[in-house]
This record gives sequence, C-alpha cells and structure tokens, in this order.
Amino acid sequence: MNHQRTAFLALCQRDLWVTVRHEPVSFLAQALLQPIFFLFVFGRVLPEIGAAQGSYGSQLLPGIMGLTLVLTALQNTALPLVIEFSFTKEIEDRLLAPLPVRAVGAQKMVIAALRAIVAALLILPLGELILPGGIDVAGANWLGLVAVLAAGAVAGAAMGLVLGTSVPPNKISVAFAIVLTPLLFTGASFYPWAALDSLRWFQVVTLFNPLTYVSEGMRAALTDLPHLGSGWIALGLGGSLLLFGWLGLRGFGRRAVD
Amino acid sequence: MNSGEAVIEVRGLHKRYGPPNGPEAVAGIDFEVRRGEIFGLLGPNGAGKTTTIGTITTRVRPTAGRVTVDGIDVTADPVAVKLRIAVVPQMSNLDRSLTAIENLTFHAAYFGAGRRERRERARELLDLLGLGGREDDRVNDYSGGMAQRLMIARALMHEPHVLILDEPTTGLDPQSRLFLWDKMLELRERGTTLMLTTHDMAEADRLCHRIAIVDHGKVIALDTPRGLRRLLPAEHGIELVLEEEPSATFDDLAERVEVVEAGEGRWTVRVYGEVDVGSVVAVAGSQLVEMRRIEGTLEDVFVHLTGRELR
Repeated sequence: MNHQRTAFLALCQRDLWVTVRHEPVSFLAQALLQPIFFLFVFGRVLPEIGAAQGSYGSQLLPGIMGLTLVLTALQNTALPLVIEFSFTKEIEDRLLAPLPVRAVGAQKMVIAALRAIVAALLILPLGELILPGGIDVAGANWLGLVAVLAAGAVAGAAMGLVLGTSVPPNKISVAFAIVLTPLLFTGASFYPWAALDSLRWFQVVTLFNPLTYVSEGMRAALTDLPHLGSGWIALGLGGSLLLFGWLGLRGFGRRAVD
Repeated sequence: MNSGEAVIEVRGLHKRYGPPNGPEAVAGIDFEVRRGEIFGLLGPNGAGKTTTIGTITTRVRPTAGRVTVDGIDVTADPVAVKLRIAVVPQMSNLDRSLTAIENLTFHAAYFGAGRRERRERARELLDLLGLGGREDDRVNDYSGGMAQRLMIARALMHEPHVLILDEPTTGLDPQSRLFLWDKMLELRERGTTLMLTTHDMAEADRLCHRIAIVDHGKVIALDTPRGLRRLLPAEHGIELVLEEEPSATFDDLAERVEVVEAGEGRWTVRVYGEVDVGSVVAVAGSQLVEMRRIEGTLEDVFVHLTGRELR
C-alpha cells in the first residue's frame, strides 16, 4: 500500500513539475484565452453597444467560471490521454509504475482537476479587470464555492477520461466538435437557468448537461441571483461524478490492459 | 542468487483478442527464464512475441494459463510484479515534456527512490550508457540510438530483477547495435536476467543463452543457439577456397562435393558430411587460401522451422 501511495504522489509531482517548469504559458493560454474573450465580448462589448443589459456581466461571471472549470478539466484529461495512448506512448511508463492501473487513471483526473480549479479561480481577477462594474463577491458563500469547484472539476475530468478512452484517436477531432459545442452552449453558462422559464423545452434539455449544475452552483455560491435549488445542484454534481467517474475508470482500465 | 532457478515461468499461456471464437494470438506457450541468463524469444511478425511479453509485463490479461515472475502470479498481484521487472519497448515512449535526466529521476521516484539516490544513480547510468553530458537535453532532440539507450538507463533505475527488451536494436545503426550488445552482456555479468525478442538472428546468436522460436502462437523449438543449429539436417562439412580450379578430386573423401567457380580466379569447394580435415587439406595442397567449417546459420534454422511465406 505504501509504495502505491508513493507512486501516486510521484506521478502528481511529475505533472505539477511539467506544468510549472516546462509549460506554464501553454497551460494558461489553453485554459484562459477562451473565457477572457467570452467575458470581454459578452460582458463588456455587448452591454457597451446596447445589445445586453449592463448587469449581464454579474450573471455571466459565475457561468464562465463553471465553463472554464469543466472544460479545462475535460480537455486536460481527454487530450493528453488520446496522445499518450496512441502517439507518444508516454502512458506506458506510468502503467508500469507500482500502482494499480485504475489509480493511474484517477491520478490523471486529480491533476486535471487541480489545473481546472486554478484556471477557474483566475477568472475572478480577470472579471474584475474586464467587466464594466468589476465583480462583487461580498455576499459569497466561500464554503459552497470550494465544494462546487472540487466536485465540478473532478466531474469534468471524469468526462474527459470517458472521452479520452472511448474515442479512437483518428476520430478525436470529430468527437471534440460533437461533444464540446453542445456542452458549451447548453450548460447555463451564458444565462441563468431560472430565466429559461419561458423556453421550457430548452430548460429541460439543459438539465442533461453536467455543466448546468456547475454553472448554477457557482451562481448560488457567488451571487444572490435566482438559481437552481441547492439540493438539485448537489444531486446533479454527485450523479455526474459517480456516472462519469465509473465509466471513465472502467474505460481507462480497458484501454490500459488488453 | 541461485542460477538455474526460474525467474519467469510461462505455463499453458493462451491469449485471444476479440470474440471467443476468434483466432488465438497465443495458443499454448510454455517456457521459463532462468536467473542470470539472456533468454531470446524469436519469431516472425505476428507470431505472438509481443503478446507474450505483454502478459509478463501485466499489460495483457491471459485468456488461460499462468505467468509468474519470481513466483508471483501476474494477474493476481500485478503491482508486485511491476516492482520486479523493467521494460524497454520497441518504440520510444520517453516523456517528451522532460529532459533526459528528469526521465530517469521521475521514473525512480515512481518506485520510491530518494531524491539524492535517484540523481546519483541517474548520472551513473547515463555515463554507463554513453549519454554523459547530454543529460539536460530534451528527449525530443535525441536520435533513435540515444533514445534507446536512455530507455535502457530508465529501465535500470529501479534495479529490476528482470529486464525485458522488445526488439531492442531494430532500426539502429551498426555502432549503436554493437554498443547495446556489449551493454547487455555487461548487465548480464552484473547479474541482471535479460529477456529479449528479436528477429535479428545475429543478435540472438551472439547474446542469448537459450532461444525459444515462436510461430503461430506456439513455441516450436527451444534450445541453445548451437542446439538449434543442429536441427538443420545435413548442413555440415567443410568449405575451401582455392586459387585455381582443383587439380585433384575430393569425391573419395565425402558423401557429396560441390565445386563452384567463385570469380576473380577463386574456386569454392564444399565437402559435405563427416570429413577428415587432414585429408582435405592434403588434397587441396598449396592452392588452399581459406577454409571454414560449414554450420547452418540460425537464420537457416529459423526459415527451416517457420517456412518462407510472408506474414
């Protein structure tokens, strides 16, 4: 048991070392460029030209945090997995480290989740800089925020594990296009879920997207805007975690051992 | 360390990929690798070598049969097996985000080596494998031969009981190949057990104590290189090179004699069977330039056993 823990921590250490020492710029660009433009265009440009209300930014910010959290976690597991399993074979040295195969998959999720949490937290100062009114986090529920960050990041990473181990490498760009775009726009990031009352069918569709629960969780933790009930948020997050965690680790095991 | 004792034991190994009625990649393989030896697994492409290696390295689950390393069953306790083995794969799987020395130190960290210990050991192994001075290069800048040597260094970082090499010299230039052969023999001298797959006959002949020839998922021969060569029927005798067309006849000395003009004024005479060397030399007289014993090569044995058709 002892050497399994050592191996797990050493794998994490390697990933953190690479993030900090060898590729901090690419990590930040990959994680933050898209949300910066979303914040700027939707939160600043649209209100400026009168296409959105000035307060739209405060509804948008938690949604963009949720979006960044889930997408960063997802991409940081799915993409490296596809590359490491098919092209560079880098995963092999990890699979031969003295720990169970599924623990190697779980470790990938942990690191992707950590990277995602860093990226999501960086949205707060970026929002302060970009949004016309800055951000207002005076009434924030910090404990709630921590819980949503942790659960949302791991759920996103688990979704990435499912994608990265179930899609053949030659189809990964198609799979990304098919999965990411709907995920992006049906996840209650750009609109509060409660405001969809008048568009009932779409409101129901969004409930099948795990991102909805993360965005609404962020809204609940950071603002006093109307949001999905806390119990529903917890259920949605917990359910996504269990379902995708199970599918992802199973997929990883199958991919790693013939 | 008890030599002759089995480090790897493969018993009745079967592996089938895909549906239960599909073809078997491995169809009943048995062999053992003894402590301190260099064991070769030889076979045409698709013979089942890589699958067999895969089961030993815990990456392939056997359909039937039992594989043990140091007496530990690979399916029952893969983690304990991983602590005892190291693998040098056919294609580079080095960590391209890291420098050469980081590839080694992080690998050792996975196995619990302390910071100082792993740095010292990494430097020692980089020197041993001729990579001293290139330790801070990104592995992306490494040539094929250097990558191969670095993977061997990495494999040795956690002091495995068995080093498994999958076609270690395929695609390397002759210098790198000779260097690696020397290193493998050196490792064996230091007491590491080696198992390698190859279809390079010279490599198998030069390095291996024992060789299993695998084809269609089965072991079809297992012996020392010399023992395997003896499997060739009627391929021994003496070959002579003469300066002129032979003036006397060798026919009385052997079952079968071939005389061929070899060009550039040389003639080749092959005398097959149990031949008395003294009388052959006497007949050849002063025309004799060169003489060697005819012994089938391992390649002849291989083709004899596995046939000529393409895989």
